[in-house]
Amino acid sequence: MQKLKNEGFEPIDTFVKPNTNNPWTFKEKMLLGLTPQEYMKQLVRNPFNWILAVIYAVGLPILVGRFIFGLGWATHSSYDYPWGLFLGWGLFVMVPLSASGFMLGTTVELFGRKDFKPIERLGLLNGLLGYFFAVVFLQVDLGQPWRLVYPMFVSLGPAAVLFLVAWHVATYLSVQVAELVPAASELMGWVKPKKFVRSIVLGLTVAGIILSTLHQGALGALFTYAPGKVHPLWYSSAFQWFHFFCSSIFGGLSMLIVVSTLSKWFLSWRCDDNFLKNLDRITLGLGKGCSMALITYFVIKIVALAHDNEWAYLLSGWGQLYIFELAVGTLVPLALFTTAIRSNRAGLARLAAFFAVFGIALNRLDTALITYNWKLYQEIPHWREFIIAVVLYATYIVVYRAVLCRLPILYTWQGESK
Amino acid sequence: MKKIDRRNFIKGSLAGGLTAAATGKAKNASAAGGTFGGYPDSMGVLVDLTKCIGCRTCEAACNKEQGLPEPDRPFDDYSVFDEHRHGGLPRRTTEGAYTVVNKYEVEGREHPLFRKFQCNHCNEPACLTSCFVNAYTKTPEGAVIYNPKVCVGCRTCMIACPFYVPAYSYSSPINPVVKKCIMCYDTRLQFGRPPACVEACPQGVMTFGKRKDLIDLAHETIENKPDKYVDHVYGEKEVGGTSWMYISDVPFEEIGFDTHLGPDPILNYVKDFLAIVPMVLCIWPALFTGFHLLATRKNANKDDSNKA
Repeated sequence: MQKLKNEGFEPIDTFVKPNTNNPWTFKEKMLLGLTPQEYMKQLVRNPFNWILAVIYAVGLPILVGRFIFGLGWATHSSYDYPWGLFLGWGLFVMVPLSASGFMLGTTVELFGRKDFKPIERLGLLNGLLGYFFAVVFLQVDLGQPWRLVYPMFVSLGPAAVLFLVAWHVATYLSVQVAELVPAASELMGWVKPKKFVRSIVLGLTVAGIILSTLHQGALGALFTYAPGKVHPLWYSSAFQWFHFFCSSIFGGLSMLIVVSTLSKWFLSWRCDDNFLKNLDRITLGLGKGCSMALITYFVIKIVALAHDNEWAYLLSGWGQLYIFELAVGTLVPLALFTTAIRSNRAGLARLAAFFAVFGIALNRLDTALITYNWKLYQEIPHWREFIIAVVLYATYIVVYRAVLCRLPILYTWQGESK
Repeated sequence: MKKIDRRNFIKGSLAGGLTAAATGKAKNASAAGGTFGGYPDSMGVLVDLTKCIGCRTCEAACNKEQGLPEPDRPFDDYSVFDEHRHGGLPRRTTEGAYTVVNKYEVEGREHPLFRKFQCNHCNEPACLTSCFVNAYTKTPEGAVIYNPKVCVGCRTCMIACPFYVPAYSYSSPINPVVKKCIMCYDTRLQFGRPPACVEACPQGVMTFGKRKDLIDLAHETIENKPDKYVDHVYGEKEVGGTSWMYISDVPFEEIGFDTHLGPDPILNYVKDFLAIVPMVLCIWPALFTGFHLLATRKNANKDDSNKA
């Protein structure tokens, strides 16, 4: 696409075609303003699409196989290890990395920090897609996915933590869809939906904070059902929910930095000057938020050790993993973020964000898979489980890219709809 | 009036006090407080591990009563005692076997010790409290039963069970469900009859009766032969108490029992979080709307007439 732009191609960002009064048709909008031939050509030219093609060629049959032959065929889920990579990665890692939606909504709409406006929609989209694909992962993992609505309408178990997760993720998904209605409205030329969402945006934002606090925390609280199965260093009856909630704050913001960096590198044709020129400043601003969440998280992790008197475990092999996770996933990004802010270096903050995302992923996998059943034995996910997870994550990337190319997320729509 | 237990209480409070009924329940139950100690006339089984000879008759009886598939090796094949699953661990309950007997070689003991194992039917079951579709029920008779028709297959119950009891039929793509001992509730317990395994045992290892009587019996047995028995009734206090209880002449930690579970029901570990839920729901709206007003106060201050 960058090549096309260098040749004079201008991506759609307004209702009417340049130098005419004719509006873009829906089809033209979906094809980014290219002819079908040109569109196909740029698809084929992109080497990343070839990688995707290989992933789908190998992975799709295996994904189908999971529904034909059952979970026993596709995964190493067992009586001892009921949860594997689908939940370990797809739910427990993806949801905290999607906390950016409520964080940016809060920053811009609630605290009135309009200087973060250029990245607000990317934050919201990162949230929406992350949650949506967490549900997709969940659907692949559930024994009977067609019963997904049972906890809502058929048989209610409101005293269970997962009941709260189910309800909150479902409501929060709708909140996030509503929050992104303005972006879709601009592209499609709708007026009323955008106006309506603007009128309730504060309510949506506050709802987002409540739902996020509780379900991010609830994902941690799910593990409080398993004292003695999760290793004590990763287990805290009193603080588990706060560990998960607090780390989701820097997780979501760091993921947003990572995604905005990738957009700058690979989708710069779609970013407008408002986005590109403000990005370094915004990255450092997000970094400030991250560093505050990181130090809070670090302290409360240590408090949890003291609360349950678990210092002795630090000397064990598990302790080394714990120290590694906390050092590389928390202290390194904390140091990098603070240095970046002090010396005003956005590049360093991007490196810090990478470490923070790695730290979150490692923490969730440690809790859900690696240290789970530490008294029994270690389980390694089935190779089919890896491939299905890669297929689903690739789909996440494909959808993400497709939306970024079209909706006014990275660029500002020119002119108000009439 | 319907019996009140803590589960109903929590259900009631979490439902947000939407109905008058829920409020009524909450009032009654809060007086009780603490932990649900189990239904007063709940039945149970006391297992005297010293008597078991490892004949696997109970396994066969369970298989027949529950209509389970024929096992790979017949029930009179004792080589299964040397089987090991992943991680070098002894056999466990599976989707095809709701109860298993394992052999433990104990140093200084004349014969190996055999341990029968199945769902312990907790007073306050972790599987039940973790289930978001309410598929589990603790019946007043003491059994923890399961409704496969509403199960979504999230398998949180298997995460929550401290005894690693529930199994799941992973092999079924269409209708995978949780498989576990239900204390023969459907066919026997609800009619006051003991579970099939108890009745089939030729050695009288298991005693069926009211749980509170069994606790007395267990302590009496231990007191009569203090040299023989370990002074511990496993299941009397573990995770809030279980309907199935065990006495043994070998310390429990040496024969595959987890002795670090503590007396609290699993739900107690989750309550720290459950308590913050209503607080967040109530406090956050006003708190964050207030933050919004504070954050946008600059406009108000600009107006001179507002200055003190």
